[in-house]
Amino acid sequence: MNLTLHIWRQKNASSPGKMVRYEVKDVNPEMSVLEMLDVLNEELTLKGEDPVTFEHDCREGICGCCGFMINGVAHGPQAATTTCQLTMRHFKDGDELFLEPWRAKAFPIVKDLMVDRSALDRIIAAGGYVSAPTGSPQDANAILIAKENADLAMDAAACIGCGACVAACPNAAAALFTGAKISHLGLLPQGQPERVERALNMVAQLTVEGFGSCTNIGECEAVCPKQIHIEVISRMNADFRAASRKSRKEPYQDPSEFRRWSFGLKS
Amino acid sequence: MSATAVGFGDSRAARFWNATIGKKIVMAASGAVLFLFVVAHLLGNLQVFLGAEHFNAYARLLRVEPALLWAARLGLLTMVVLHVWASFQLLLLNKMEARPVGYVKKKNIGSSYASRTMYWSGPIIAAFVIYHLMQFTLGIGGTPFEEGKAYENLVAGFQVIPISIFYLIAMAMLMTHLFHGVWSAFQTLGVNHPRYTPMLRTLAKLIAIALFLGFASIPVGVMTGIVHT
Repeated sequence: MNLTLHIWRQKNASSPGKMVRYEVKDVNPEMSVLEMLDVLNEELTLKGEDPVTFEHDCREGICGCCGFMINGVAHGPQAATTTCQLTMRHFKDGDELFLEPWRAKAFPIVKDLMVDRSALDRIIAAGGYVSAPTGSPQDANAILIAKENADLAMDAAACIGCGACVAACPNAAAALFTGAKISHLGLLPQGQPERVERALNMVAQLTVEGFGSCTNIGECEAVCPKQIHIEVISRMNADFRAASRKSRKEPYQDPSEFRRWSFGLKS
Repeated sequence: MSATAVGFGDSRAARFWNATIGKKIVMAASGAVLFLFVVAHLLGNLQVFLGAEHFNAYARLLRVEPALLWAARLGLLTMVVLHVWASFQLLLLNKMEARPVGYVKKKNIGSSYASRTMYWSGPIIAAFVIYHLMQFTLGIGGTPFEEGKAYENLVAGFQVIPISIFYLIAMAMLMTHLFHGVWSAFQTLGVNHPRYTPMLRTLAKLIAIALFLGFASIPVGVMTGIVHT
């Protein structure tokens, strides 16, 4: 099949970008979208042009690296599917595809379709962890966990941090991502010691990074390749509300610390 | 990219307000109070169908104790200010700052029309409330007004067709605002359960439609002559 592509080309974060039109011929329907771009890039390289930059790693839908907007939908038209797992058979001969990077202030563009998602890492660093005991291992069944909670925590932990939720949100909010991280730790007994601080610090980090606010409209869960439900956002809201009341620490941790850490300004 | 992009005050309240979720909780709580007011306001106003004497007696009852009246007014005004102030700050963040470069192509696949237009339905409702107070409380809405004659003022006001149509549009906006707002407030306050939330979302729509029909019945009643002096 033959396709027309409109791809966002941008040299780096500081230069302006624009949509560039490409024709790709004889696309194999069994290829993934990324493989189709690999073929295009080979042609571009042979012609001496700059190949299209996009982020990718595992190509089996579990690492969270890949992803861009395909015709206005994060990860494209197929539900619960990352861009790397989206095959060309979901498109028809003669289709026009608009490929754009995730757009958010918190996700500066690195080049073309690749954005810097380290803001999500800093949200994790602000509170997405548990204190692990060192020493000899405990008996595996020493901590009892209700099956239902284990399942819910696992569903939330399926988040791969791809950033599609931010991209799809009209407010560029990272509520689904942060809610998933807060839920997956907060539902388990191991996550309880830091639960209060976690909610306050991760939510404060959201503001520092420049993400928007959640309006509960549900665009994020519709594009999430791991089908994470917005119930995790309400769990984050509940934790934040409870933590705002309970916390005895004054003031809370300074969220800007993680920016310095992330940019190598803090030892 | 300044690390001190947000002016974190030291007080607990300032930190709560500075977090986007803190502002949303304020919006949910103030919205809940305003919603309850709207329900009570409708129940009171439907007494217009019981006749002039009954309705005017109800209007006088609301003004029996000025201290209570002003307490209610100031309370509601506080809720309106908090609701609008928080939403305006979030509007600036969401629409002006969070996404500096927009999409060439963007499709909505998971959200309702009502939920995406809260920033339109809200201001239209606010404009309506201002006119509504001008018309029936201050008496400067351009329609015949006489202090203490609520029923006669109402009938005279709604006999002006364009004003009645504006009321109907504003009530339709209130309906779409509540379609999303009622269940969204629960979500913001941290209440979401796979069994109850779908029911709540349906209930929110039914309540919003019931409120629309209730409020719309009054200008429609005047226009069709069912309510008359």
